[in-house]
Amino acid sequence: MIAIVDYKAGNLRSVENALQRLGAAYQVTSDPEVITGASHVIMPGVGEASSAMENLQATGLVPVIKSLRQPVLGICIGLQLMCSYSEEGSVPCLGIFDAAVRRFGSAPGVKIPHMGWNTIEGLESPLFRNVPEGSFVYYVHSYRPDIAQGQTIARTSYSEGVFSAALHRDNFFGTQFHPEKSGEVGARIISNFIFL
Amino acid sequence: MLAKRIIPCLDVKNGQVVKGINFLGLKEIGDPVEMGAEYSAQGADELVYLDISASSEGRKTFTDLVRRISERIDIPFTVGGGISSFEDGARLLDAGADKITINSAAVQHPELIGQIASHYGSQFVVVAIDARQTPDGKWQVMTHGGHRETDRELFSWAAEVQDRGAGEILFTSMDHDGTKNGYACQAYSEMASYLTVPVIASGGAGTVAHIEEVLREGKADAALAASIFHYGEIRIPELKRKLREDGINVRI
Repeated sequence: MIAIVDYKAGNLRSVENALQRLGAAYQVTSDPEVITGASHVIMPGVGEASSAMENLQATGLVPVIKSLRQPVLGICIGLQLMCSYSEEGSVPCLGIFDAAVRRFGSAPGVKIPHMGWNTIEGLESPLFRNVPEGSFVYYVHSYRPDIAQGQTIARTSYSEGVFSAALHRDNFFGTQFHPEKSGEVGARIISNFIFL
Repeated sequence: MLAKRIIPCLDVKNGQVVKGINFLGLKEIGDPVEMGAEYSAQGADELVYLDISASSEGRKTFTDLVRRISERIDIPFTVGGGISSFEDGARLLDAGADKITINSAAVQHPELIGQIASHYGSQFVVVAIDARQTPDGKWQVMTHGGHRETDRELFSWAAEVQDRGAGEILFTSMDHDGTKNGYACQAYSEMASYLTVPVIASGGAGTVAHIEEVLREGKADAALAASIFHYGEIRIPELKRKLREDGINVRI
């Protein structure tokens, strides 16, 4: 059973729907026992990082998440909260990944948020099994995680440069993009995660 | 590199996709979920569903429909039509919509944009603007499906909705809509010169060249069209192949 962590940071429905389409059993929960006992844990999240971090802290789940040993997948804000720090609201995060999250620099002709389909490159992880190099996935965000040596498993370019599209450390994974909204490619990534 | 987006638009009335045919009224052309799934399979980057039901019964049907769309469709979709309150937005978010469009209500109550954006994020709020060019060249914003005049002007209104928290702007030129003679490229190009949020172009698509022109010269981030897709005049796979051949970055 997959636990979707509910910490009141946005809508979880699209992640639920994606798991339903794959026929996976899941439970939306903020119960530490259910989360610890799950085979896989997904931490979604939409919205603003510092208030999402506050919400996560309010649930008391921070130590629970950090101590998990099963595969964990953070999506978008979920990933950002697993990083070291976010410029959005200047908030220290869980520190699972050695990457800070910074706002895209503004430049003429560069639209913020980074919204729409962009590629993932430099893929190196079982998370991307059978996902072709340069596949398009769906992004919506104004802040992005830095590249972290040995932890970045996919990168993307936008605005002034390259950032981590996905990170991995031990049993923790995170995607800045939304696999649940990325068509067939996204479904494959979620399916790969479920089979980790 | 971020891809330019191709977005089919589906008008929905009482649970069915409809299309106006000249002056004869509306014709039902398909099931919204099935049509959306088909467009998604063909390579559409996003979908827009607009509820044109006038009745409260129709609105309820639409919410149920949004739920079914979100269960089935695995690309982003935007819903709109008659959204006039924070509660309308919340209801559609709960049903699974990725974004909503606000049009007339944004003009009448501009603070609604900020209310929804600050609660659910700017990425959730698309402000739709319908405008027509007056004889003196000014773009006048219209509401209520283009039936009501306002004293708003397109470019200043677009800047204001961005400042108020809109994450994206969907501008339809009423002068071009339905003509199949091409998009209002100059207006889009001007919007691109000062806006920092993405702009979706709508109204006037008749050929692949029109779409190419608005993405290139008009600098639009996305092109929306309805009838050319519904009637199979342009198929998305061929459209995207041609755009890519001509050097426009699209997702294939």
